[in-house]
Order: sequence, then structure tokens, then C-alpha cells
Amino acid sequence: MGDVDDQGFPWERSIDRRTLLGKAAVAGGALAAGGLLATSSATAGSSANAGKVTAFFGQYGTIAEQEALRKVILRGFNGDVEAVFAPLGTNVFVDRVRAEGKAGKGNIDLLIGLHGDFVTFQNENLLRGVDTVTKQIKTLPAPLVKIGKLGTATQYYVPHSQATYVMVANKDVIKYMPKGADINALTYGQVFQWAKAIRKGTGQNRFGLPASDTGLLHRFFQGFLIPSFTGGFVTGFRTNEAVAAWDYMRQLWQYTHPQSLTYGFMQDPLLSEEVLLSWDHVARLKTALDQRPDDLVAFPVPRGPKGRSYMPVIVGLGVPRNAPNSAGANALIRHMTTISSQAQVLSLLGFFPAVGGRLSKRLSPGLLAEAAAVRKQQKAPDAVQALLPIGLAAEGANFNKIYRDTFTRIVRNGENIRTVLKEQGDLLQAIFDKTGAPCWAPDPPSGKAPCRVK
Amino acid sequence: MTTIAHEPAPLARRKRRWEGLPYWLILPTVIYIGLFFVWPMIQGFGLALKDETGWGLTAFRTMVDDAAFSEAMSFTFLLIVVIVPIQFVLAFGMALLLNARLRGGGVFLYIFLLPLAISDLAAGIAWSAIFTERGYLNTILEGVRVVDIPFIFLDPTSTTQLVLVVAVAEIWRSTTFMMVILFAGLQGIPRDYVEAAEVFGAGFFQRVRHVIFPMLKPSIQVALLLRLIFAFEVFAVVIALTGSGASVLASEAYKWQATNQNEHVAAAYSVVILGLSLAAAAVVLVALRTPRERRLR
Repeated sequence: MGDVDDQGFPWERSIDRRTLLGKAAVAGGALAAGGLLATSSATAGSSANAGKVTAFFGQYGTIAEQEALRKVILRGFNGDVEAVFAPLGTNVFVDRVRAEGKAGKGNIDLLIGLHGDFVTFQNENLLRGVDTVTKQIKTLPAPLVKIGKLGTATQYYVPHSQATYVMVANKDVIKYMPKGADINALTYGQVFQWAKAIRKGTGQNRFGLPASDTGLLHRFFQGFLIPSFTGGFVTGFRTNEAVAAWDYMRQLWQYTHPQSLTYGFMQDPLLSEEVLLSWDHVARLKTALDQRPDDLVAFPVPRGPKGRSYMPVIVGLGVPRNAPNSAGANALIRHMTTISSQAQVLSLLGFFPAVGGRLSKRLSPGLLAEAAAVRKQQKAPDAVQALLPIGLAAEGANFNKIYRDTFTRIVRNGENIRTVLKEQGDLLQAIFDKTGAPCWAPDPPSGKAPCRVK
Repeated sequence: MTTIAHEPAPLARRKRRWEGLPYWLILPTVIYIGLFFVWPMIQGFGLALKDETGWGLTAFRTMVDDAAFSEAMSFTFLLIVVIVPIQFVLAFGMALLLNARLRGGGVFLYIFLLPLAISDLAAGIAWSAIFTERGYLNTILEGVRVVDIPFIFLDPTSTTQLVLVVAVAEIWRSTTFMMVILFAGLQGIPRDYVEAAEVFGAGFFQRVRHVIFPMLKPSIQVALLLRLIFAFEVFAVVIALTGSGASVLASEAYKWQATNQNEHVAAAYSVVILGLSLAAAAVVLVALRTPRERRLR
């Protein structure tokens, strides 16, 4: 995955249709705002009607995202799309694809899922290659295409969009940043000093994290804090470096807004100025950056002793082995990777497009700021990618619970760090013993054997 | 004579038929309750006691071993201890006020009924907009110079504060519910008793203490019973106001089902809630029972 950066940002690569991107993005935004149902018909390469295509979404499942897809993004497709959305926070997506694979007869034509989902499907031989359609889409950046091959010679998914997590600060607190610190190359220590200085300067804890049950705090530990300290988030779970990471978290929590435990999406407290320095998923910061681009600044996540770890999210399009209408699925893949459709993904869903094309200046300043922060984060020389869990299937929920429980016990309840890591580490190991899932990046590969907690 | 001898037979038959009628009339309700309450309850027990490995108490063990269990249990009880007595006093006062038939008393009724029309989650969100640090309450307090910097009401490090905040929202939301039951009971008390007491020189508090209160006992019983059962199910207001800062039994049940995706532990929580509700109901029924000879009708 590290080679995404090699050829620059996919959406930065200049292509001759870049003005179209801008127009389509603006049109997409206007359509959504006006509640209109029509969309541009700039659907390249799908002249004939593709018939009925059943698209199964494991991503974009919130109501707003479903609306945007049904009413705008899928609207211009020349064919009849039946969009089915797996319920959020469940394992229905993987379960149903598996069940259809076993049944021998499938109903699903197109899968929209995360990189990790496709790894699971490919391991169980549930996917059909999508080499032909991938070659037809000239705007796809080579590094992302390569990731979609899952380390094989066959293309298993077509990259559709990307997202990650960044930090955001209110410009009022820039003055409290530690002296000599570069906002684009902060360390965890500097973030702590900053949060502390904000408390001293404003009299209140203004650093915030999304720690309610609907927030993504567990991703902060899995993809950012722990790997930045230990170099992995499973193998190093009980090491001295992990103890240092949790001790850091405990210190930082003293300067964290107590209402963090009620925050789900950080855009809300950033807008109300309860929080002036924060971290969250780009799609959960979008509204704040859109509404107050002049007051807020987005920047890369900090680095720890083992690098600047961040969690990229790659959404891909794949075709199940027994899809009844694979030609239709290929047509829908082409539609969803057109410039106009990708621009809509950016403006309506807040996910960054996979295809090339420079970001239009006419996009909202918030999105541009976010995109710039994401780019700096990925291009940082010390960047380390921590992938979303792969191969845990139904245990994914328990995996997340372990990190949240560890946080609650160490940071909120003040329990002994080593004791908690020992006990939670046993639970973590039990998940890998049960699922047999091998380690994934940045943990060192364990081959076919289950990942081991050290 | 023969005709007379024959007459009782159809009468008795008709009587038998009429005796059976009530059972036929409640049959739809019995079917409804059986289908939508008893059967799911049995299934709930099944889910809690049986998992992939077979019958056993694994789910209950997981539940009790989880750090959140004791916290959820104590927070639920704390809420009940704080909320229910205050709510009862308020509801009783409001019912008396309505029953006094003051001029414009109907207006009170409509004002009191407003919170009942709002869903509990909506109420929770509204109260969170009031109590959050940059919320309405702090804006007002700052405006009238009571505080210099906003006070953090929703501070999860202080259980007292969380209990008080949730209590305020819950009292606002569901006191009317108790009031409606008590008001209905008050209207059933014949005026003669109260007037007789008045003639004998009983003051307002004496009338309430010795006449109204004893006669209202069956209504109080129902009001407390239902309120306690609902109190064990409190959920949306707590979630909206405290996030993951505090948890109650019902929110843990939800979390195990939705977030942790373990329906067995979720069902175990439901069984605990059911058990506690039944125990609370039994306590209320015994403590507030009215002997048959002292009932009004």
C-alpha cells in the first residue's frame, strides 16, 4: 500500500477532462441541494442498456449516503440498478456474499466494499477477476490498481474511493502550538504540549476526541496511536512501547474535553467551538470544514517513535464469482468511475475519488483543505499505513471492543496499564485463534498462521 | 306444568353461554399478548441461556464479568432512587392542582401534557442542546453574569452531575405520565368525603393525609408500578445526554446487540431487566396493597 504515493495523488494527476470534474462536482452539489433527481448523463462507455444490476453496498450505508447514491450518483446509469445496503455495524455484507457463494446461485452483481472485505472474499474464492474492465478505465492510478490485485496477478477490485482521518484545529489556538513545531509534521509530544497550552490559555480543555459509542475512537488507537508507538497494533499490544502509548493517552486525557465521551462526529463540537483541536474521519469533519473554512485548519496526524501511522480506507468495486449479470456489473463499474460520478462521490459523500483529475478550485474550500491535509499525511516521509482489520469477519466488533475497553480501564478508570494490557491481550489473542486471521500491515506478516500478540 | 318444568333448561343454557362470553371477549387480547409478549419473552430466555456451545450461563458470566455491568446497574438504581420520589411528589401536586378546578385549570393540563407528546430520544437531544457546554443554559447563565466561563454540566467524571442532568430531563419528560394516573384517581374520589372532612374542621394537609391519600392508594400503586417498570427501561435520554459517559442496563443491552453483535449477552441483560421489573412490581404491590373491605367499590 505504501506505493500509493509513488506517482503522486491519484486525484492530482492532471488529465484533459479536469474542467469536467469541476463542472460535475458543482452540478452534483447543486442537485443535492435542490433535491433534484436528475444527474448528468456523462456516462462514458455504456451506450447499451445494461439491464438489471444488483449492487450490494458494504460501504456508504448512512441514510445521507444512500440518498446521494440513489438520487444522484446511480441515477445516470443506463440500466436498472437495485441498490441493496448492508446494515451499518453488522457483518451482513460478508455473510451474505459468503452465503450466495455457497448456494451456488447468486443474486448480487456488484460488490462495493472495503479493501479488507475483498481480501476475505478472495481468500474464500468468491470473486471473479475484473481485469478487462479495469484496463478500459484509463484514469485509474497505477498504484491503487495494484492494491486491487491483492498481491496476485489478477485484478479483484476496481478502486472507487479513499478516505482517512486527519486533525483539525481552530485558527484561534494556533498561537498555543509549541514553539518551533511544524503543523504539518507534529509529534505526539507536541500535540500533548499543545493541548496543555490550550487549557492554560483558554482555561478549559479544548482538545476533543470522538469517544461516544457512535464515535470512531477505537480507530485512533488501532490506526494511529498504538502503531506510531509500537510499529503495529496487534503484535506489539503488550510491549513496553504499548505501555508508553497508553501512558501518553492517560496524560493527554487530562487535557481532553470531558464531553468527548458524548461526541460522535467531531464536526459538531468544532462548529460550536466546544472543541478547538481534534481528530476524526474526513467524512465526519466535512461539514465543519465546509461551513467555516476560514476558521478551521486541517493538517496531518502526529508521529510517534515508530513513524506517522495513519489508517487509509479504500473502497473498491468487485464482482462475485456467480454474479448473474456480470456484463451489467462491468457497465456499472465504468459508470461509477467516470469523472462526473467520482466528482459526485467527493462532493456528496466526502470520500476522495480514486480516478485521476486535479481537484477543482470550485470545490468547497473545506474539501480542498481536507484533501491537502490528506495529501501531506500520505506524502510524509515517515508515513506508515495501518490497514483496517482483515479476516476477522464477525469478530470485528469484538476486536474494536478490546481497544475501547482497554481505553476505559486504563484511561478512565485508572487501572494498572500492564495488568489491563495482559488481560485484554489474552482476549485479543483469542480472536486470532478463533478466526485464524494472519497479521496485516503494519504488523509484520505472519504468513498463513494466526497473528500472535506479544 | 310440563311447560314450567321445561322452562329452566333454556335459561340455564343461556346463562352458561353468557358466563362464557367474557372469556371469548378477552381471547383476542390473550392471543395478542401471547404472540407479542410471552413468545418473545420465551425466546429471550432461550437466547440468554443458549449459545453456539449449548445451554449454559456463559452469556450471564460474560455480562457480569464486563466492567460496564456493575456501572450500569448502579447508575440505573441511582436514577430510580433520585427520580421516582421527586416525580411522585411533583405528579401528586400537579394532580391536586388540576383537581382543584381553578379558573383556567385546563391550560395547566395542556402544558403538563406537552412532554408526553415528545419522543424520549427527541427530549434527550433537546436537553443535551440545553446542557452542553455551549448550550442554551450556559448562554443564559453567562448572559446574566452568573458564571464567567461556561460550566460543564455533562461532565462524565462526575457521576453526581450526570445523575442530576438525566434526572432533570427524565422528570420533565415523564412526570405527566404519573400525574395522569393520579388525576384520574382523584376524580374518582367522591366530593362528599372531602367535604365531610372539611365540615369536621380538617385543614388542607389533613384532608390530603387522611382522606385523599388513603383513597388514592390503588391509583398510586398503578402509577408507581408503571413508573418503576419504565425506569428500568430508561435508555434514549441517557444515551443522548451522556454518550458513553454513563450507561444503564437497557443501553448496555443495546450496545451488546448493536455494537458488540452478541445477542446472547444482550438477551441476558433483558432477562435481568425483566427480573428487576418483576421484583419492583412485587414490592409495590405488597407495600401499597389495599384490603378488599377498604376499597371504594
